[in-house]
Amino acid sequence: MTVTPEALSLDKPRSPRRPAARRSNFELYSWVFMRISGLLLVVLVLGHLFIMNILDGGVHRINFAFVAGRWSSPFWQTWDLLMLWLAQLHGGNGLRVIIDDYARRDSTRFWLKMLLYVAMAVILVLGTLVIFTFDPDIPAS
Amino acid sequence: MSTTASTAAEAGASDRTGASRRSGTFYRGDPGMWSWVMHRITGVLTFFFLFVHVLDTALVRVSPNAYDEVIETYKSPVVNLLEVGLVGAVLYHALNGIRVILVDFWSKGAKYQRPMLWAIIGVWVVVMIPGTYFMLERTVSELFGGGH
Repeated sequence: MTVTPEALSLDKPRSPRRPAARRSNFELYSWVFMRISGLLLVVLVLGHLFIMNILDGGVHRINFAFVAGRWSSPFWQTWDLLMLWLAQLHGGNGLRVIIDDYARRDSTRFWLKMLLYVAMAVILVLGTLVIFTFDPDIPAS
Repeated sequence: MSTTASTAAEAGASDRTGASRRSGTFYRGDPGMWSWVMHRITGVLTFFFLFVHVLDTALVRVSPNAYDEVIETYKSPVVNLLEVGLVGAVLYHALNGIRVILVDFWSKGAKYQRPMLWAIIGVWVVVMIPGTYFMLERTVSELFGGGH
Protein backbone atom coordinates (compact mmCIF):
# COMPACT_ATOMS: atom_id res chain seq x y z
CA MET A 1 0.00 0.00 0.00
CA THR A 2 1.49 3.34 -1.05
CA VAL A 3 -1.19 5.70 0.21
CA THR A 4 0.21 9.14 1.00
CA PRO A 5 -0.75 11.04 4.18
CA GLU A 6 -2.38 13.75 2.02
CA ALA A 7 -4.78 11.23 0.50
CA LEU A 8 -5.63 9.92 3.96
CA SER A 9 -6.42 13.38 5.25
CA LEU A 10 -9.40 13.69 2.86
CA ASP A 11 -12.78 13.14 4.49
CA LYS A 12 -14.94 10.38 3.14
CA PRO A 13 -17.96 11.78 1.26
CA ARG A 14 -20.41 10.45 3.86
CA SER A 15 -18.27 11.49 6.81
CA PRO A 16 -20.56 13.00 9.47
CA ARG A 17 -18.07 15.80 10.22
CA ARG A 18 -18.16 17.01 6.60
CA PRO A 19 -19.43 20.60 6.61
CA ALA A 20 -22.78 21.33 4.96
CA ALA A 21 -22.31 22.01 1.26
CA ARG A 22 -24.82 24.88 1.34
CA ARG A 23 -24.91 27.75 3.74
CA SER A 24 -27.80 29.51 2.06
CA ASN A 25 -30.89 28.39 0.17
CA PHE A 26 -30.91 31.52 -2.00
CA GLU A 27 -30.26 29.65 -5.25
CA LEU A 28 -33.08 27.19 -4.46
CA TYR A 29 -35.52 30.02 -3.80
CA SER A 30 -34.46 31.86 -6.96
CA TRP A 31 -34.96 28.62 -8.94
CA VAL A 32 -38.49 28.25 -7.54
CA PHE A 33 -39.18 31.96 -8.11
CA MET A 34 -38.16 31.70 -11.79
CA ARG A 35 -40.77 28.97 -12.34
CA ILE A 36 -43.64 30.61 -10.43
CA SER A 37 -43.02 34.10 -11.83
CA GLY A 38 -42.49 32.57 -15.27
CA LEU A 39 -45.93 30.97 -15.27
CA LEU A 40 -47.59 34.23 -14.13
CA LEU A 41 -45.62 36.22 -16.72
CA VAL A 42 -46.80 33.91 -19.52
CA VAL A 43 -50.33 35.20 -18.85
CA LEU A 44 -49.42 38.81 -17.96
CA VAL A 45 -46.88 39.47 -20.75
CA LEU A 46 -48.55 37.53 -23.58
CA GLY A 47 -51.86 39.20 -22.62
CA HIS A 48 -50.13 42.61 -22.65
CA LEU A 49 -48.49 41.95 -26.03
CA PHE A 50 -51.74 40.68 -27.51
CA ILE A 51 -53.73 43.74 -26.38
CA MET A 52 -51.04 46.29 -27.25
CA ASN A 53 -49.68 44.89 -30.53
CA ILE A 54 -52.35 42.73 -32.14
CA LEU A 55 -55.88 43.46 -30.91
CA ASP A 56 -58.01 46.18 -32.51
CA GLY A 57 -55.36 47.96 -34.62
CA GLY A 58 -52.44 47.13 -32.33
CA VAL A 59 -49.76 49.73 -31.65
CA HIS A 60 -51.35 52.32 -33.97
CA ARG A 61 -54.17 53.12 -31.52
CA ILE A 62 -51.85 53.73 -28.55
CA ASN A 63 -51.46 57.29 -27.29
CA PHE A 64 -51.74 59.23 -24.02
CA ALA A 65 -55.56 59.02 -24.01
CA PHE A 66 -55.37 55.25 -24.47
CA VAL A 67 -53.04 54.91 -21.46
CA ALA A 68 -55.25 57.23 -19.40
CA GLY A 69 -58.27 55.09 -20.22
CA ARG A 70 -56.53 51.89 -19.18
CA TRP A 71 -55.04 53.24 -15.95
CA SER A 72 -58.41 54.60 -14.84
CA SER A 73 -59.13 50.95 -14.02
CA PRO A 74 -57.57 49.39 -10.89
CA PHE A 75 -57.56 46.07 -12.76
CA TRP A 76 -55.06 47.23 -15.40
CA GLN A 77 -53.06 49.20 -12.80
CA THR A 78 -52.65 46.00 -10.78
CA TRP A 79 -51.89 44.00 -13.95
CA ASP A 80 -49.13 46.44 -15.00
CA LEU A 81 -47.66 46.76 -11.50
CA LEU A 82 -47.51 42.98 -11.04
CA MET A 83 -46.05 42.57 -14.53
CA LEU A 84 -43.40 45.26 -13.89
CA TRP A 85 -42.17 43.68 -10.63
CA LEU A 86 -42.30 40.07 -11.77
CA ALA A 87 -40.66 40.79 -15.14
CA GLN A 88 -37.92 42.93 -13.60
CA LEU A 89 -37.08 40.38 -10.87
CA HIS A 90 -37.35 37.42 -13.28
CA GLY A 91 -35.21 39.11 -15.92
CA GLY A 92 -32.79 40.52 -13.35
CA ASN A 93 -32.27 37.10 -11.81
CA GLY A 94 -31.74 35.63 -15.27
CA LEU A 95 -29.09 38.24 -16.03
CA ARG A 96 -27.44 37.60 -12.64
CA VAL A 97 -27.06 33.91 -13.59
CA ILE A 98 -25.70 34.84 -17.02
CA ILE A 99 -23.14 37.23 -15.48
CA ASP A 100 -22.04 34.44 -13.10
CA ASP A 101 -21.68 32.08 -16.07
CA TYR A 102 -19.69 34.28 -18.44
CA ALA A 103 -17.80 36.92 -16.43
CA ARG A 104 -14.30 35.54 -15.87
CA ARG A 105 -12.86 37.86 -13.24
CA ASP A 106 -14.37 38.51 -9.82
CA SER A 107 -14.10 42.28 -10.31
CA THR A 108 -15.88 42.09 -13.70
CA ARG A 109 -18.60 39.97 -12.12
CA PHE A 110 -18.97 42.40 -9.21
CA TRP A 111 -19.25 45.54 -11.35
CA LEU A 112 -21.60 43.97 -13.91
CA LYS A 113 -23.87 42.90 -11.06
CA MET A 114 -23.76 46.34 -9.48
CA LEU A 115 -24.74 47.84 -12.84
CA LEU A 116 -27.56 45.30 -13.10
CA TYR A 117 -28.87 45.95 -9.58
CA VAL A 118 -28.79 49.73 -10.07
CA ALA A 119 -30.66 49.40 -13.39
CA MET A 120 -33.24 47.13 -11.76
CA ALA A 121 -33.76 49.54 -8.83
CA VAL A 122 -34.14 52.53 -11.18
CA ILE A 123 -36.70 50.74 -13.36
CA LEU A 124 -38.68 49.32 -10.42
CA VAL A 125 -38.87 52.66 -8.56
CA LEU A 126 -39.60 54.71 -11.69
CA GLY A 127 -42.20 52.27 -13.04
CA THR A 128 -43.99 51.94 -9.70
CA LEU A 129 -44.00 55.70 -9.23
CA VAL A 130 -45.44 56.25 -12.73
CA ILE A 131 -48.30 53.79 -12.15
CA PHE A 132 -49.19 55.23 -8.72
CA THR A 133 -48.83 58.94 -9.53
CA PHE A 134 -50.32 58.89 -13.06
CA ASP A 135 -52.36 62.07 -13.69
CA PRO A 136 -54.76 62.01 -16.68
CA ASP A 137 -55.21 65.82 -16.45
CA ILE A 138 -51.52 66.72 -16.74
CA PRO A 139 -50.94 69.79 -19.07
CA ALA A 140 -50.57 68.84 -22.76
CA SER A 141 -47.00 70.12 -23.16
CA MET B 1 0.83 16.25 -32.03
CA SER B 2 -1.17 15.76 -35.21
CA THR B 3 -1.85 12.17 -34.18
CA THR B 4 -3.32 13.36 -30.87
CA ALA B 5 -5.47 15.95 -32.59
CA SER B 6 -6.84 13.53 -35.16
CA THR B 7 -7.52 10.94 -32.44
CA ALA B 8 -9.41 13.52 -30.43
CA ALA B 9 -11.38 14.57 -33.51
CA GLU B 10 -12.24 10.95 -34.28
CA ALA B 11 -13.27 10.36 -30.69
CA GLY B 12 -15.42 13.49 -30.85
CA ALA B 13 -16.99 12.38 -34.12
CA SER B 14 -17.73 8.90 -32.82
CA ASP B 15 -19.24 10.43 -29.65
CA ARG B 16 -21.48 12.69 -31.66
CA THR B 17 -22.89 9.92 -33.81
CA GLY B 18 -22.30 6.98 -31.50
CA ALA B 19 -24.30 5.02 -28.98
CA SER B 20 -24.06 7.56 -26.16
CA ARG B 21 -25.71 10.19 -28.34
CA ARG B 22 -28.48 7.87 -29.54
CA SER B 23 -29.25 6.61 -26.05
CA GLY B 24 -29.74 10.20 -24.95
CA THR B 25 -26.87 10.70 -22.53
CA PHE B 26 -25.28 13.45 -24.62
CA TYR B 27 -26.57 16.99 -24.12
CA ARG B 28 -23.95 18.93 -26.09
CA GLY B 29 -25.09 19.49 -29.68
CA ASP B 30 -28.58 18.15 -28.93
CA PRO B 31 -31.50 20.36 -30.00
CA GLY B 32 -32.08 20.70 -26.24
CA MET B 33 -28.82 22.65 -25.95
CA TRP B 34 -29.83 25.01 -28.74
CA SER B 35 -33.23 25.55 -27.06
CA TRP B 36 -31.28 26.66 -23.97
CA VAL B 37 -29.07 29.01 -26.05
CA MET B 38 -32.19 30.55 -27.62
CA HIS B 39 -33.82 30.86 -24.19
CA ARG B 40 -30.86 32.93 -22.94
CA ILE B 41 -30.67 35.15 -26.04
CA THR B 42 -34.43 35.87 -26.10
CA GLY B 43 -34.42 36.50 -22.33
CA VAL B 44 -31.56 39.02 -22.46
CA LEU B 45 -33.07 40.86 -25.45
CA THR B 46 -36.44 41.10 -23.69
CA PHE B 47 -34.80 42.40 -20.50
CA PHE B 48 -33.02 45.17 -22.43
CA PHE B 49 -36.25 46.08 -24.19
CA LEU B 50 -38.09 46.22 -20.84
CA PHE B 51 -35.53 48.78 -19.61
CA VAL B 52 -36.21 51.07 -22.59
CA HIS B 53 -39.96 50.44 -22.46
CA VAL B 54 -40.36 51.53 -18.81
CA LEU B 55 -38.37 54.70 -19.61
CA ASP B 56 -40.55 55.59 -22.62
CA THR B 57 -43.76 54.87 -20.71
CA ALA B 58 -42.52 57.11 -17.88
CA LEU B 59 -42.97 60.06 -20.28
CA VAL B 60 -46.70 60.00 -19.41
CA ARG B 61 -45.55 61.82 -16.26
CA VAL B 62 -43.85 64.52 -18.36
CA SER B 63 -46.64 65.48 -20.77
CA PRO B 64 -49.16 63.86 -23.14
CA ASN B 65 -47.23 65.33 -26.10
CA ALA B 66 -43.90 63.91 -24.97
CA TYR B 67 -45.50 60.46 -24.63
CA ASP B 68 -47.35 60.64 -27.96
CA GLU B 69 -44.14 61.67 -29.72
CA VAL B 70 -42.14 58.70 -28.44
CA ILE B 71 -45.03 56.30 -29.15
CA GLU B 72 -45.00 57.53 -32.77
CA THR B 73 -41.59 55.86 -33.19
CA TYR B 74 -43.23 52.54 -32.22
CA LYS B 75 -45.54 53.00 -35.22
CA SER B 76 -42.74 53.58 -37.77
CA PRO B 77 -42.13 50.69 -40.22
CA VAL B 78 -38.69 49.67 -38.90
CA VAL B 79 -39.71 49.66 -35.21
CA ASN B 80 -42.97 47.94 -36.15
CA LEU B 81 -40.88 45.13 -37.65
CA LEU B 82 -38.75 45.01 -34.48
CA GLU B 83 -42.00 44.56 -32.49
CA VAL B 84 -42.68 41.39 -34.47
CA GLY B 85 -39.21 40.24 -33.44
CA LEU B 86 -39.94 41.13 -29.81
CA VAL B 87 -43.24 39.23 -29.80
CA GLY B 88 -41.50 36.26 -31.45
CA ALA B 89 -38.70 36.31 -28.85
CA VAL B 90 -41.11 36.62 -25.88
CA LEU B 91 -43.41 33.91 -27.28
CA TYR B 92 -40.48 31.51 -27.71
CA HIS B 93 -39.23 32.30 -24.19
CA ALA B 94 -42.72 31.70 -22.74
CA LEU B 95 -43.31 28.41 -24.59
CA ASN B 96 -39.83 27.08 -23.89
CA GLY B 97 -40.19 28.17 -20.24
CA ILE B 98 -43.28 25.98 -19.96
CA ARG B 99 -41.27 23.16 -21.57
CA VAL B 100 -38.47 23.64 -19.01
CA ILE B 101 -41.03 23.47 -16.17
CA LEU B 102 -42.42 20.24 -17.63
CA VAL B 103 -38.91 18.76 -17.91
CA ASP B 104 -38.37 19.67 -14.24
CA PHE B 105 -41.66 18.55 -12.73
CA TRP B 106 -43.31 16.05 -15.10
CA SER B 107 -42.07 12.50 -14.53
CA LYS B 108 -41.76 11.93 -18.29
CA GLY B 109 -40.56 15.46 -19.05
CA ALA B 110 -36.91 14.62 -19.65
CA LYS B 111 -37.86 11.70 -21.88
CA TYR B 112 -40.07 13.88 -24.07
CA GLN B 113 -37.90 17.03 -24.07
CA ARG B 114 -37.22 16.73 -27.81
CA PRO B 115 -40.82 16.10 -28.99
CA MET B 116 -41.86 18.97 -26.69
CA LEU B 117 -39.34 21.23 -28.45
CA TRP B 118 -40.83 20.38 -31.86
CA ALA B 119 -44.29 20.96 -30.37
CA ILE B 120 -43.48 24.47 -29.05
CA ILE B 121 -41.83 25.38 -32.37
CA GLY B 122 -45.06 24.26 -34.07
CA VAL B 123 -47.19 26.37 -31.72
CA TRP B 124 -44.82 29.31 -32.24
CA VAL B 125 -45.21 29.15 -36.04
CA VAL B 126 -49.01 28.75 -35.81
CA VAL B 127 -49.30 31.82 -33.51
CA MET B 128 -46.72 33.98 -35.31
CA ILE B 129 -48.30 33.71 -38.78
CA PRO B 130 -51.58 35.49 -37.89
CA GLY B 131 -49.76 37.57 -35.25
CA THR B 132 -47.30 38.95 -37.83
CA TYR B 133 -50.18 39.64 -40.20
CA PHE B 134 -52.11 41.74 -37.68
CA MET B 135 -48.99 43.55 -36.44
CA LEU B 136 -47.78 44.55 -39.91
CA GLU B 137 -51.10 44.88 -41.77
CA ARG B 138 -51.38 48.65 -41.44
CA THR B 139 -47.68 49.41 -41.95
CA VAL B 140 -47.53 47.29 -45.12
CA SER B 141 -50.73 48.78 -46.58
CA GLU B 142 -49.47 52.31 -45.88
CA LEU B 143 -46.06 51.58 -47.41
CA PHE B 144 -47.23 49.75 -50.53
CA GLY B 145 -50.94 50.53 -50.87
CA GLY B 146 -50.68 54.33 -50.82
CA GLY B 147 -52.38 54.51 -47.42
CA HIS B 148 -55.99 55.08 -46.57
